[in-house]
Amino acid sequence: MESEVTQAPPVRHPSLLSVRDLRVSFVGTEAVRRLSFDVRPGEVLALVGESGAGKSLTARALLGMLPRGAAMSGEIRLDGSADLAAARGRRISLVPQDALSALSPVHPVGEQLAAAVRSLHRVSRAEARERAVAALDRVGIPDAARRARAYPHEYSGGMRQRAVIAMAMLGEPDLVVADEPTTALDAERREQVLRVLAEQREAAGAALLLVTHDLDVVRDHADRVLVMYAGRLSELGPVGEVLNRPRAPYTAGLLACLPQDGPRRRRLPTLPGTPPAPGALPPGCAFAPRCPLAADVCRTGEPEPRTVDGRLVACHRADEVPADTVTLFAEGRPA
Amino acid sequence: MTAPLLDVRDLVVRYGSVTAVDGVSFALEAGETLALDGPSGCGKSTTALTVLQLRRPDAGEVRFEGRELTTLTERELRPLRPRMQPVFQDPYGSLNPRHRIRDAVAEPLKVQGRWTDADGPARVAALLDRVGLDPSYGDRRPHELSGGQCQRAGIARALASEPRLLVLDEPVSALDPSVRAGVLNLLADLQDDLGLGYLFICHDRAVVRHFADRVVRMRDGRISPSSPPR
Ligand SMILES: Nc1ncnc2c1ncn2[C@@H]1O[C@H](COP(=O)(O)OP(=O)(O)OP(=O)(O)O)[C@@H](O)[C@H]1O
Ligand code: SF4
Ligand SMILES: [Mg+2]
Repeated sequence: MESEVTQAPPVRHPSLLSVRDLRVSFVGTEAVRRLSFDVRPGEVLALVGESGAGKSLTARALLGMLPRGAAMSGEIRLDGSADLAAARGRRISLVPQDALSALSPVHPVGEQLAAAVRSLHRVSRAEARERAVAALDRVGIPDAARRARAYPHEYSGGMRQRAVIAMAMLGEPDLVVADEPTTALDAERREQVLRVLAEQREAAGAALLLVTHDLDVVRDHADRVLVMYAGRLSELGPVGEVLNRPRAPYTAGLLACLPQDGPRRRRLPTLPGTPPAPGALPPGCAFAPRCPLAADVCRTGEPEPRTVDGRLVACHRADEVPADTVTLFAEGRPA
Repeated sequence: MTAPLLDVRDLVVRYGSVTAVDGVSFALEAGETLALDGPSGCGKSTTALTVLQLRRPDAGEVRFEGRELTTLTERELRPLRPRMQPVFQDPYGSLNPRHRIRDAVAEPLKVQGRWTDADGPARVAALLDRVGLDPSYGDRRPHELSGGQCQRAGIARALASEPRLLVLDEPVSALDPSVRAGVLNLLADLQDDLGLGYLFICHDRAVVRHFADRVVRMRDGRISPSSPPR
């Protein structure tokens, strides 16, 4: 009996959203390059990587909201269906970074939520208004009935962001895409907004794709993490495994840059150099010019994602990444 | 004994009936980093704006390089402004959306008469490079950059003014860990090389601990008694 259990094949995870060979390009230069990943039902998948890695373009591709001039190819399926038009805004919703741009400045917040309710459900105006107030109340807007009549500029940054979360939850989505939902906020409000987002997501049983550059947020809030570099997958796996024992030198580099406990040091370890601009990629592995482990093989062929140690890693030398990653990266300036 | 780079005494700032800053005093030497810490709404950002004289105080003094600023007219302040540069959290706010990044960084050089066609472009490229931005991004406009890239451009622009004091309001909280460490190291280098003073508003205790020489905690518009004495 017991041996049957231990010998059972690895669990095949069901997929809510599947992305295959996603490419996003601008006049011939690719900003997202052959990216494949799944989002599982109810999970929190964090999307991290340095500025310009293609996180926002990936998030926007899911929502069909790519900027003008962007060309997309590849496949995005929700529950196996590639017809996403009807799902966007309902089954897949967005919490943008900048709540002000998501709300109209000339209508009261409650009115905007009520309009959204009526676009999703056949209900009376009065019923829609009631649901809007209830939604604001659920995200912790104090005195929601009164605040519903106020305009976005009369809200604080944190309240606005919570109102936008309330808006994103109206359609009872299966997947919420949040692009740096707290970057514009100070640390205290950041925590508050993340808490509200987590509560709402859990209550709805929705999955969350959380774009963030904050690895502490990843540790506290995500189940799995997708690390992107120069438009591609670098590492994808469970948060604990990836952050405690990274197998991609790039992930190791990101972790090495965090301020550590221990004695005060004025200079922090950094990744040398800068990420390449799309269209100016080095040959072979895009990370090679910055990678302390780069070898000849890295400068000829770009590594494909493969399974190493329970996660996907795109690195020729994933097996050789040492456990003590901080020492891999130099400290401060060369003098 | 020379005057401190920045000497703030008994600063009071009111918004209507609300006293946002209520008798705050501190001093900052050249080459030193003073962190301003405290819960949101405690008056940190108002203090920063008032130091920069972007908001005039209701009472108190702000002495910069020994000069009292609160009594100066806008015209008298103008030649001093480049020497105290703000770096805010949201870079989009400080960059003109219609200007190319290269022109945004070049502007302070031009306005201050430090631009020549011979070496100007190379200086701009060096500034972009120094904040970790590939100089090819100089051709772009802010909306063609990702958020983090745009923030770096804003810092490059502030540095172009060759300031003595940087007022940094959560300058790295929107940046990736790698860029954040790079920018903090860059700020440390600039401070060592040029003796810049930093008034540094930051919520990240770990960053403050590594980066700041001293910490002043604020609460309800006042300096909290738990602040370590100067
Ligand atoms: N409208 C556009 N036109 C041209 N290039 C663009 C456009 N939008 C994005 N890019 C480029 O595509 C790349 C990926 O951009 P994206 O916004 O997805 O990055 P990101 O990972 O979200 O970065 P950040 O953390 O800074 O938000 C960047 O190099 C960016 O400059
Ligand atoms: S493939 Fe080579 S260059 Fe790229 S991350 Fe791995 S070791 Fe570094
Ligand atoms: Mg982005």
